Amino acid sequence: MALIVDIKKKLGDFRMNLSFESSGGILGILGRSGCGKSMTLKCIAGIEKPDEGHIELDGRVLFDSALKINLPPQKRKVGYLFQSYALFPTMTVEENIAITMNGTKQDKASLVKEQLKRFGLTGLEKLYPGQLSGGQAQRVALARMLVSAPEIILLDEPFSALDSFLKEKLQQDLFDTLSAFDGNVIMVSHDRNEIYKYCPRLMVISDGKSVTTGITKEIFANPGYLEAARISGCKNISKIRRIDERTLEALDWRAVLKTKEDIGEDIHYVGIRAMNVRDVANGNLENAVPVRLLESVQTQFDIMEYCARTDDPEARLCRRYSKYSDDYVKPEEPSFYQLPPEKLLLLRE
Amino acid sequence: MLTAISMPLRRIRRKAYMSEILSQINWSPLWISLKTGVVATTIAFFLGLYIARFVMCRSRKVKWILDGIFTLPLVLPPTVAGFLLLLLFSLRRPVGIFLDQTLNFRVVQTWAGCVIATTVIAFPLMYRNARAAFEQVDMNIIHAARTLGLSERKIFWKVILPIAAPGVASGTVLTFARALGEYGATAMLAGNILGKTRTISTAIAAETAAGNYTVAGFWTVVIICLSFLIILAINITTGRGMKQIQRWK
Repeated sequence: MALIVDIKKKLGDFRMNLSFESSGGILGILGRSGCGKSMTLKCIAGIEKPDEGHIELDGRVLFDSALKINLPPQKRKVGYLFQSYALFPTMTVEENIAITMNGTKQDKASLVKEQLKRFGLTGLEKLYPGQLSGGQAQRVALARMLVSAPEIILLDEPFSALDSFLKEKLQQDLFDTLSAFDGNVIMVSHDRNEIYKYCPRLMVISDGKSVTTGITKEIFANPGYLEAARISGCKNISKIRRIDERTLEALDWRAVLKTKEDIGEDIHYVGIRAMNVRDVANGNLENAVPVRLLESVQTQFDIMEYCARTDDPEARLCRRYSKYSDDYVKPEEPSFYQLPPEKLLLLRE
Repeated sequence: MLTAISMPLRRIRRKAYMSEILSQINWSPLWISLKTGVVATTIAFFLGLYIARFVMCRSRKVKWILDGIFTLPLVLPPTVAGFLLLLLFSLRRPVGIFLDQTLNFRVVQTWAGCVIATTVIAFPLMYRNARAAFEQVDMNIIHAARTLGLSERKIFWKVILPIAAPGVASGTVLTFARALGEYGATAMLAGNILGKTRTISTAIAAETAAGNYTVAGFWTVVIICLSFLIILAINITTGRGMKQIQRWK
């Protein structure tokens, strides 16, 4: 149950150089648009050809530039769920599902019926894809893919085309279905919440390269790398100068900060999540920075404060807090932000 | 009184004249035209689909050159195509001699010549329409079909062709229309032998040249009616298939 990927590909100015392994379960790949996420899936599926490298699934070599092996997509047994679902528009729902089935008409009909029932599509069998809602189309695509008995499932931004209301239910449905699947699943997304919820393991990629790989919750708690911190939603990041083992100067914030962990020689950035920044009145507290409010933005449950240092308008920090928490009092202009040492993220490049 | 008698008389005379004309008409040009049209369209259909697919797979520069070659018969005067075909298949030249001696197959002044000339002239319409229709098929749908394990053959016939069907259908009807109307190349390669290679188009030219305006007029009426039916067919075929895929209206 292992997928081994080690590929290089050049596309104009973009260079991909990626190597990772996955042994069962759901692996999330998180990265910005254009970082090579979808390209990775396409290389595994055989839709795109890497310039060089090796791809292996459960001991079967799918691609190897040295051995001149490049299996066509048809022989790779890879299930690919496209962002646009890619249903065959001239076929009805039942024809779409039956297209990969072999056997007599009766066999197919009963198999199709079973699938329709399993995916809650009963009653839609005679409709064309153009007449389906986004959620229905996704279920048809999933049913069609599972009929072809794939050994690995690749999900390419499966929820980006859906509105947020539908999304949560569909996500739950999809991962309930996938829990019965015992092969590898790889989900590509730029939505960190989606990945955090459903992918126990995570790889962050940036600019065609793997930044970090590991257990999703650990990476979110301690990204370790600049790009991983950014993509996991860390809003405050500053370049640093190391002063000693537990002291650094955050250059962008013009502040000398104490840390709880030792600062390695390879640490070049410090970050702190907006929700970990504390608004304090006492400027003598550890890691307190004098600030003035620039702007305050409300979302449904949170308030986001954007501040600058009182003596330097370019030194920006932001803080997020809940409108509904127990300690919520009507906010006054913040005077100091405290960056608690235990909440600082030390980041490599 | 006089006019009252002469009216039906004139009518009877005209009726007799018409039936005399019709009885004199040799219907073979109609059948030869239709037969040639159907065979040439069938050849152009499969060849057009195949060549369209072949050209699509090439690199950009090769594509330009091939596209130029395959579209040329549409742009050139048909007489040029006829002349070149005549050079190629002439019984005094290698290809013509070879075909005649080994396969006993003659092209010049035969019905086969009609079909070949018509196919060459009408082919670009099939090729260009098929290619345009193929190039509009969403690549992700083809990728999806491949990852599902469908063979390339099945993908072409079951997935791509139905999506491209409206374009391919209108290409086919246009090809048939062009085949029916072909004159220049056919006249040069196959000649104008009544009952053998004379089509409606060549018949109109020959009858006009001989001063038989009535017969030429008759064939003109026939070809106008046929053409109108073809336009109707174009509109019906391109309108179909719209219901599954929502397209620009």
